[in-house]
Amino acid sequence: MTAVAIQPTDMPGAGAADTWNLRRVLQISVIAGVVAIYLCLVGIVPVFAERPLIVDVLELGQAALLITFGAASYLAGMDQVKASWLRAVVVGAIVGAITGAFLTGLVLLGEAIDLRSVFLNASPTLYALLTDGIVLTGPIVPIVAGAITGALAAVILGLPSAIRVPLVIGLSSLLFFGLFAGLLRTPMLVTPLRDVARFMFGSEGLTAAGAAIVFVVSVGTTAIVRRTKPRQRVNALPPRQRRLVVGPLGLLVLALVLLFPLAMGPFFAQVIALVAIFVLLGMGLNITLGLAGLLDLGFVAFFAVGAYTVALLTSTAEYGLANWGFWEAVPFAVLFAMLFGLILGLPILRIRGDYLAIATLGFGEIIRILAGSDLMKPILGGPRGILNIPKPLDVPPTHWLSGPVQIYYIALAFAAVVAFIAWRLRSSRLGRSWMAIREDEDVAEGMGVNLVQTKLLAYMLGGAFAGLAGAISAGLVGSIFASSIQLQLSINVAAIVIVGGMGSIPGVVVGALILVGLPELFREFSDYRLLFYGIALMVIMILRPEGLLPSRVTRRELHTSRELADVPDSELVTDEERREASLP
Amino acid sequence: MNARKLDRVTDVAIDVFMWSFKAVIIAVVVVGSVLTLLSGTYTPADWLELVGAGLTQGSIYAMIALGYTMVYGILRMINFAHGEIFMAGSFGGYFALVALASTGMLSQGVAVSLFAIGLAILAAMAVSVLLAVGVERIAYRPLRDAPRLVPLISAIGASLFLQYSFRGFFGSGLYAYPTPDFLKQDAPIPLLSMRWVDVLVVVASLAMMTVLYLFVMRSKLGTSIRAVSEDQGTAALMGIDANRAIVMTFVIGAAMAGAAGVLYGLAFIQVTYFMGVIPGIKAFTAAVLGGIGNVPGALLGGLFLGLIEAIGPTLFLSGFGVPATNQLKDAVAFTMLVLVLVFRPSGILGERVTRSRA
Repeated sequence: MTAVAIQPTDMPGAGAADTWNLRRVLQISVIAGVVAIYLCLVGIVPVFAERPLIVDVLELGQAALLITFGAASYLAGMDQVKASWLRAVVVGAIVGAITGAFLTGLVLLGEAIDLRSVFLNASPTLYALLTDGIVLTGPIVPIVAGAITGALAAVILGLPSAIRVPLVIGLSSLLFFGLFAGLLRTPMLVTPLRDVARFMFGSEGLTAAGAAIVFVVSVGTTAIVRRTKPRQRVNALPPRQRRLVVGPLGLLVLALVLLFPLAMGPFFAQVIALVAIFVLLGMGLNITLGLAGLLDLGFVAFFAVGAYTVALLTSTAEYGLANWGFWEAVPFAVLFAMLFGLILGLPILRIRGDYLAIATLGFGEIIRILAGSDLMKPILGGPRGILNIPKPLDVPPTHWLSGPVQIYYIALAFAAVVAFIAWRLRSSRLGRSWMAIREDEDVAEGMGVNLVQTKLLAYMLGGAFAGLAGAISAGLVGSIFASSIQLQLSINVAAIVIVGGMGSIPGVVVGALILVGLPELFREFSDYRLLFYGIALMVIMILRPEGLLPSRVTRRELHTSRELADVPDSELVTDEERREASLP
Repeated sequence: MNARKLDRVTDVAIDVFMWSFKAVIIAVVVVGSVLTLLSGTYTPADWLELVGAGLTQGSIYAMIALGYTMVYGILRMINFAHGEIFMAGSFGGYFALVALASTGMLSQGVAVSLFAIGLAILAAMAVSVLLAVGVERIAYRPLRDAPRLVPLISAIGASLFLQYSFRGFFGSGLYAYPTPDFLKQDAPIPLLSMRWVDVLVVVASLAMMTVLYLFVMRSKLGTSIRAVSEDQGTAALMGIDANRAIVMTFVIGAAMAGAAGVLYGLAFIQVTYFMGVIPGIKAFTAAVLGGIGNVPGALLGGLFLGLIEAIGPTLFLSGFGVPATNQLKDAVAFTMLVLVLVFRPSGILGERVTRSRA
């Protein structure tokens, strides 16, 4: 979409772009108004009213409302800017003002009747916050603030894209660094960069100077990248020269991945270790669900089998059976998880589709309830759990490999091995059989695919990976409790596979980073973490139903008629392989 | 030739496995029941009390199950957010009832109290319907043509969104439902020991489900809903607005869930933001038990699940000396679910969806 102000086709008489389209303007304003009220009542605005985004300039709570105003006006202005910039600005201001008027309405209503007996957050503090502008006070403040923000957003919208895009990216990076400033600052304080950290980041939020630096740097970088277009240039190079650029870049990424937990301190190491465990789980479910299309919502059961096997075999505390080392126990964890896959897979062989999801969910719940019950307590320890599981590598606590760092490396190494196995499996005869039954069981059977063997192998291999993840996770935490087995874990893993793109291995990594890593970083906002998680799931599914990094086959399925109809079938698998092989 | 022989061997092995699976379950049920009954730990009065509790719980499951069954019938999707619609109704009814109680309506005799409860149910239905229509519009409608797992994930997202929005609005505490005193007294019903509130729950849910059944079978809108579940394309050719039928399905299911929310609150007192999750899964189980897509099936499945969950753990397991059988209530319910799915996926009443789709 270009932002060129007036084009001949947009002159009077050219249809929709010419009308003011008041209905749409009103629609957007009302939706934005409801969103703004929601943000206030759900607590995001009042709770984060004291949390600085930029110290002494802007707080997070207020920023949430300003972003709502701005985004609504931006959307409404997109229709209008084709006709004239001025008109877009006027519409932007109107949309912002109407959105603000909803908040004014909330304040007036709240002063008339006691909303607080229903909504906890409808407190005088909230009203004070909404009516306290810097220059003026009173219920008019949200309207004025909305109008100004809306007009500004529309002004940005009307700028030529060479200015607009860097500006929007600059503002977004302010938000990003403002949110994570505290997290970035802590590890930097122990390095020579500590003075830079103190100058740029407060304990929460950016300092004013830091904000200026972040803004200028991000705007500058974006402008340069847009001007020079490095990606197109690299793509335009002949293959041999391209390899010269891509190779070192890949090595750089690899080095970053390897050094990340060491450089960023224990908190990030913990987060990234968790991500790596979920990558393992995701790779497992990617076989059952992504390749074979069998939705398993009780995947946590395999995780539990792996974790409890390791716990029982290695624990030196109560309930421990053998006092083995971690590494002797891992093969048994994997083996038992596989066996469990066989036992679970047999009865549900003939169940299909959604019913399979529900049956496996039932299995998962049964395992969870049993693990926590008095019945299994003499063996599994019930809610008190099994303690003292040894670390995989026995190093003194001061050693650089102690704690989550070693789990990260172990999980990463296993994830690499598992990814390789999964990748090789996919184009094997077995992998193709899996994909065949994913597409249509009856046809696959007709083509000579042995459904029983193929499905059981999918459950067993997927389960084996999950059992491995469970074993490593038990090593990370050092204990296992009945409460660590939760339905949410199964749902998380399924979401990772589907959000990443069914059957796609890089998709699993991206999915785990977004759905596990990102929420962990939002620990400060723990009350709202799952709220955003839910929103993210809906938004990703609506915008990209094929997932973020879909495999070629899935993408083709969704856009059969249009974009990809001309791709010959023979190219499907090989092309995909080539793409993945080139990824670091 | 060898491979084919191997296949036959595995087929036989699987059949043997399935049979022994079935045999073990039946043996546990029969032997456990006999042992429990012989041990004489429980008097007939104890059992009747469990039956009463099971009926109350089961009627609530049945009402929630209705929404699952109808939505699955028409869209072939599991509406994972339905448990949250139930929870929202419970909250809506709570605030309505608190407001009505503050006018003293709950202490002015039976008729006035029941009227107040009726108003609270209407308020709850309104809240639930509003949310369900919103969820359908935002999270499901754009995904109608997407692969089947996509709306499932979106529904899980909607479910989390609703749960944590309510937590943001109303906090993570427990809210205690205001209940008029007469509901807490025992009702003079022969054999079963039930409180009046249990009677209210069972009667109200039976009445509402009957009305709904008549609506679906007799009214024009109900017929159009059934037509769209049968075959959306053909229904559209007959001049039926499929979108309208789908939205109406959500409206009906949500209204029932909202009413169930109030009844749940009255019977079990406490409401909180995550209360919808477990009843939601159970109600889906009930829908599957009764035969998904089938309105009387939801009622039957709900009551059956409620009863087996109340009686099962004690009857089947305590004879073996299993401690704290009550903890295993949910495990029995889910075992039931798995067994139905494995051995009779079309449910107790059986229906058309499974044969054509699942």
